Amino acid sequence: MNPLLYSIAFVLIVGALAWPLSAWLTWTLKTDRLDPLLTPLLGKDTKKSSGWKNYFLSLLGFNATLFIITWLVLANQQHLPLNPDGMKSVPWHLVFNTTVSFVTNTNLQHYSGEATFSYLSQLTLMWLQFTSAATGIAALAALARGLSGNRDFGNFIHDTARVLILFLLPLSTLWALIYVCAGVPMTFEGSAAATTLEGATQMIARGPVAAFLAIKQLGTNGGGFFGPNSTHPFENPNFVSNLISMIAIPIIPMACVRTFGAILGKPRHAQVIGAVMLAFLLIKVTVTVIPESAATAAFQHLPVAAAANLEGKELRFGAATGPLWAVLTTSTSNGSVGAMHDSLNPLSLLGPFSGLWLNSTFGGVGVGMINFFLFMILAVFVAGLMVGRTPEYLGKKVEAREMGLAAAAFIVHPLLILSGTALFAMTPMGASTIHNAGPRGFSEILYEFSSAAANNGSGLEGLGDATIPWNVATGIVMLLGRFLPIILPLAIAGSLAAKPRVAESSGTLQTDTTTFGLMVFAVILFLGALTFFPVALLGPVLEHLSVIH
Amino acid sequence: MTTLRLTLISIILCGFLYVPAILVFGKTVVPEKANGSLVMNTDGKIVGSRLIAQNFTSERYFHPRPSACDYNAQAASGSNLSPTNPALTTRAQGIIETYQADAKHPIPADLVTASGSGLDPHITRAAAEFQMDHIAAARGLDAQTIRALLPSGPIVNVLEINLALDQAKR
Repeated sequence: MNPLLYSIAFVLIVGALAWPLSAWLTWTLKTDRLDPLLTPLLGKDTKKSSGWKNYFLSLLGFNATLFIITWLVLANQQHLPLNPDGMKSVPWHLVFNTTVSFVTNTNLQHYSGEATFSYLSQLTLMWLQFTSAATGIAALAALARGLSGNRDFGNFIHDTARVLILFLLPLSTLWALIYVCAGVPMTFEGSAAATTLEGATQMIARGPVAAFLAIKQLGTNGGGFFGPNSTHPFENPNFVSNLISMIAIPIIPMACVRTFGAILGKPRHAQVIGAVMLAFLLIKVTVTVIPESAATAAFQHLPVAAAANLEGKELRFGAATGPLWAVLTTSTSNGSVGAMHDSLNPLSLLGPFSGLWLNSTFGGVGVGMINFFLFMILAVFVAGLMVGRTPEYLGKKVEAREMGLAAAAFIVHPLLILSGTALFAMTPMGASTIHNAGPRGFSEILYEFSSAAANNGSGLEGLGDATIPWNVATGIVMLLGRFLPIILPLAIAGSLAAKPRVAESSGTLQTDTTTFGLMVFAVILFLGALTFFPVALLGPVLEHLSVIH
Repeated sequence: MTTLRLTLISIILCGFLYVPAILVFGKTVVPEKANGSLVMNTDGKIVGSRLIAQNFTSERYFHPRPSACDYNAQAASGSNLSPTNPALTTRAQGIIETYQADAKHPIPADLVTASGSGLDPHITRAAAEFQMDHIAAARGLDAQTIRALLPSGPIVNVLEINLALDQAKR
């Protein structure tokens, strides 16, 4: 089958599957069924609702607790149990980077799991993949409640507990069981010692992979149990595991859109949002699958049989997996890889880069929709300027205070990426760590900062990023890139919630119309292009032009 | 306090309920897979995993794809070479020389490209057929005998086909 048609059909089918999943997610965020169980366990406070500030403080407090516990486990793993392969102590900067990375739902990995962390450390990281995904969904629920005109943003602890128990754990259990049946290992035994047919010894790392893998894919985490992530045969043994992984990557971010609309009470608004996101996703898929079907430039004059670019790819997944996965994983802030992105053809990098830069089509679980909300505020502002009226969103006037917050939130992402890239490309901190020379080396640095800021976690992994400067810099970028884009939109929602509802007039930009969809589409396209076009030229485009004949 | 309670509950649910549940399921329902799809020889010794590539250098065996980590299954890795990197061309030239491929008999692309994990257990059927005559000569078998061992489908598991070769000898 044509890889492009296959990829487009695949995206549409997952979109259809996300529809019923969203009903489940919405129910999770609304139900009181668990309260008889939760109230005695968590205390009566969880029934108390709160404004956006308390909600965010509660979110921050929970994540700070996770940070401390994980730091303690990773830094002391050599003294702790579940370490059959005798993993040694890990330097502080890698502990910092890894802990931040998993708390912030990024899962950038400056290490190889099978060579660095004990099973206890790995399972602690698995736990963070659950909590960080739940945190993102809770934040979205709070935003939607605030935007629905409610001053009550809900209770973070209550939301997180419900999402974990009623949504993420059951779903992950289902996925993990399928993974085990497909051949993903699930054991606490250490590496297996094999004597190969030629008599050599091969030590085969394994572990409790299946449990880890399910939430890695479902929670837009993407942190691999093994270094090469989902290209590793134990993380992705065959066509079945590959298929359910590629379904898992975008399905919850897709479901979040409809859930946002359901909590708002504006299902048609969510449909317009979903359509815009889907349009962007399909464009990215198209511009990635096509160039990646080309043979690699390196073999042009060699007696090599014609084939698509196979460097960095596994044979068992089929030809379309590499580029389709690359787009899905970058468009959703997942960051797991099904092929090595550093070996993709130059122009095939533009789709994944766009995913990291826009970070909202569909974006991470919960937070992707939050990022998209910012673009909608910018869109109503631009539309307001065009017709000379005070912009409105969902019946509330968007004024100087909200626009200030939205502009600040918008600027965070490009600022972190571009200033970080400039600093590291100019100094040995970055320049001495690149793997491929020339424009690809620049792309490696640019990608690392884009991935950290987008809380994605994939990389052009040739980069030698296990250094103190890289660990510290990307650690800080991940923290800012996670929590600023949560607090600022919540502040906007808080500000909007406090305002009186204005009556709709003929000048109101209706949020459930095609016009609104086109407006948001254009704003995302132009703002994204204006911000990142220069670096896109310096990296992928220049590399492509350097080898054309 | 509620924060600490939520933390504790999430640890119990994820670590002491979810993980053991998957573990018990794996170890009872599909133990062979849960342990890493290990392959034993007739003496019950582990010879590898059917999912993990191992190195073959002898002319009597099918060879896997090149590995950026030298088939080290405790430190898997891809080459991360860009398609524009001259090192990719140089590496391919070396392999082409070893296999003595030329324009008339071009080498299948999977034999000159390293996989993402460095542990890809498969080669394409074309890559198996490309190596077949050589192996037949080294083993004193005719190519048809070897062709008959190849599974149907577009890819061939190298460890499995080499095990089959060793058994065919007897």
